[in-house]
Amino acid sequence: MSNAWLSGTIIAFLAGSVGFFVVLRGSAFAAHAIPNGAFAGAAGANLVGVNPLVGLVVFALGAAFGISSLSRRTRSDVATALALVMMLALGAAFLATSNAYEPAVNALLFGEILGVSSSELLPVAILAVVCALGLSFLYRPLLLSSISSDLAVAQGINVQFIDAAFLVVVALSSALAVPVVGALLTFSLMIGPPAAARIVASVPHRALALSVVFSMLTLWAAVASSYWTNLPIGFFVGTISAGVYLSARGWSFVQSRRLLRALL
Amino acid sequence: MHVLFEPGLFSNATVRTALVLGALVSIVSGVVGIFTVLRGQSFAGHALTDVATAGGAGASLAAVSPLLGFIGGAVIGAGAMDAIGVQRVKNRDVATGVVLGAATGLAALFLYLITLQTTTTGSTQSILFGSVFTVASSTLPDALVLGALVLVGLGMIRRPLLMSSISPELAAARGVRLRLVGIIFMVMLAVAVGLSAIVIGSILSTALLIGPPASALRVSTRLSRAIVLACAFGVGATWLGIVFAYDSYYWFGAGHGLPVSFFVVADVFIEFVLVSFVAARRQRVLTSPAPVTSRQHVEWV
Amino acid sequence: MAGPDLLEVVDVDVALSGRMVLRDVNFRIDHGEFTGLIGSNGAGKTTLLRVLLGLQEVEHGRVLVHGEPLSRSNSSVGYVPQKVLFETDVPVRVRDFVALGIDGHRFGLARRSRHTYERVDEILESVEATPFANRRIGSLSGGEQQRVLIAHALVSKPELLLLDEPLANLDPGSAQEIIQLLDSVVTNQHVAILLSAHEMNPLLPVMDRVVYVANGRVASGTTDEVVQPEVLSALYGHHVDVLQVHGRVLVLAGDEGAGVSPVANHPAVVVD
Repeated sequence: MSNAWLSGTIIAFLAGSVGFFVVLRGSAFAAHAIPNGAFAGAAGANLVGVNPLVGLVVFALGAAFGISSLSRRTRSDVATALALVMMLALGAAFLATSNAYEPAVNALLFGEILGVSSSELLPVAILAVVCALGLSFLYRPLLLSSISSDLAVAQGINVQFIDAAFLVVVALSSALAVPVVGALLTFSLMIGPPAAARIVASVPHRALALSVVFSMLTLWAAVASSYWTNLPIGFFVGTISAGVYLSARGWSFVQSRRLLRALL
Repeated sequence: MHVLFEPGLFSNATVRTALVLGALVSIVSGVVGIFTVLRGQSFAGHALTDVATAGGAGASLAAVSPLLGFIGGAVIGAGAMDAIGVQRVKNRDVATGVVLGAATGLAALFLYLITLQTTTTGSTQSILFGSVFTVASSTLPDALVLGALVLVGLGMIRRPLLMSSISPELAAARGVRLRLVGIIFMVMLAVAVGLSAIVIGSILSTALLIGPPASALRVSTRLSRAIVLACAFGVGATWLGIVFAYDSYYWFGAGHGLPVSFFVVADVFIEFVLVSFVAARRQRVLTSPAPVTSRQHVEWV
Repeated sequence: MAGPDLLEVVDVDVALSGRMVLRDVNFRIDHGEFTGLIGSNGAGKTTLLRVLLGLQEVEHGRVLVHGEPLSRSNSSVGYVPQKVLFETDVPVRVRDFVALGIDGHRFGLARRSRHTYERVDEILESVEATPFANRRIGSLSGGEQQRVLIAHALVSKPELLLLDEPLANLDPGSAQEIIQLLDSVVTNQHVAILLSAHEMNPLLPVMDRVVYVANGRVASGTTDEVVQPEVLSALYGHHVDVLQVHGRVLVLAGDEGAGVSPVANHPAVVVD
């Protein structure tokens, strides 16, 4: 069980940090599509008999770069949709061929608290550190180019490099999160809590820190609930993330009402 | 020829039903999809397929008509997205993402509860990935009616819909009620998506909603032509996919084939890549002096 | 012997999608000059600005900054885009945004020095943005945002500031304020300004020089030199009249008399 807490914390830390930028850049759809790549990778790895982490990482990166190269031919939301369905279809094909058991499929899609075993904990932790270092390195140019790529270019930032590097971090983080949170719900952790955080905090580094805090709280609540009720963790991640976001929206609504009343 | 059309393909009743249902769904998706792509609502369209899935799973759990579940779920999802703010560009991403997350979470719950209830395995896979081969032919009449409803509904609002999709400011200036048109479209989208999801499964739903229309819009800027092309691309991909899926049982032997969804999606994907190549080569030949805008430039029809 | 000008554009031709849009462009900008880049919409002002920013290739000619060829994103040149769309939820305050103008391109996490914070406060003060320095960038009005964008560009101490139609979306009152602000920036901070606009009248009091774009060609010089019927007629390729009314300028096409004409994209009519 301690595996669950440890891996969950690592995953939530990454999801919250990455999610801060995902929401800033309006890339929620890509954040939803990339983990599906990881799903196909895990199914493929299972079929071929390779370490699932390899499959997860390789296909997540593939999905990320597939999206960015397709985006050059067409609008980005179409590119993302196409990449997403192609990955899911591939995953379905791999699963059909390998005759995977239903519980395994469900775990991959909707999460499994014990999705990361003790032996996998070290590589996961290392990759997580790599992602965290990457984000720290990219922080300022990433922030500026996410707010306005025109201004970033004018200031000499190589926006293409920043975009590509960020995609790599998103792909790696997704690959790490999928075994625990599930391919279909990983993005939830990257959207709801960060979106809530930025409603509450108006300074960049504070909003980032709060994103991480909210993500962690969400995941811990989900792990605990899943453990006690035996219901899938994905259910809790999806609904609690939505709840966190709606609460923040509600709070902000109340604040603006109070302000209005104070002014009148 | 024999390799392509394995023995018994056309005499097989399941296959015949599949072909008809597949064509129906492709046509409805093609028409709705053109507007979805033009409005930049691909994410919302995809989100609705997952919401429909949750609805379908819930209906299955409650032993209610699955059709009602899929479509009802999608419509409720559309309402939720509108409430949180999908129509305004700001917050659109987050709104869609949050609804999608909650709905998928619910789907996870329902599917788990279903596995507790029944002894049959593979319900997750069938609901999510679906198979046009497993849909009962009794669904056909309902599907036809619903499909027709969507097409008629879209037909009735087609001018304000097109105007508001291409240029909301211009449409508003001409008195189009943007919010109303938006909501009607979302409901039509929800119904179309729900229908697709129950017939061909979630992944396929999105693929047929976005892929063929995107391909069509790459080659044609006349709306009527684009719609026809989108339907043609969709039906083509679906039928090819069905044929290949049927054949794959023979290719691999031992009654073990690849899912229909895989073949259809691959077809849609390849279609798109091919069409993009053709379009790119055409563009190099004609130099267009017009500036490139992010919204497609579509003529009035 | 005078040193090289701050900016020199020599014999530049620019093509977009195989079509020549600007031909034979020659002008120079000196330190501390306020120059207006005037032309109707679609005349090529933005294209020219992109050339100066190193974002657009030229078919012919060269652009020199301090006598050296332009390299992409030169640090002596600051840029203020027309309008940036910020969502209201974006968790970045005005002062954070301006600070990014100093170090936004640096990798790694390093604590900002006190000097940086002081510089940010100083610049915010100079553009009169201090009252809303702690507000989110997504909550600003058009005029407020314009000031903040200017501050962001100025904070790294450029020698030349390029502004892309900063007055286009502003009401006349706000436009006047921005013009006054820019004039004081030129005077107090010794920054040269090149500002594009489709209407030149608001700028007449502050402009030192004009770069007038029409018909794919450019005429440059002082306002009096350029805004003359002969010069503009040569530029447009057909007869053009110039009226001066109470210190404002009205540019009219041909002998067809007043009325709609291609030239009258210039809504230059402000008669007292």
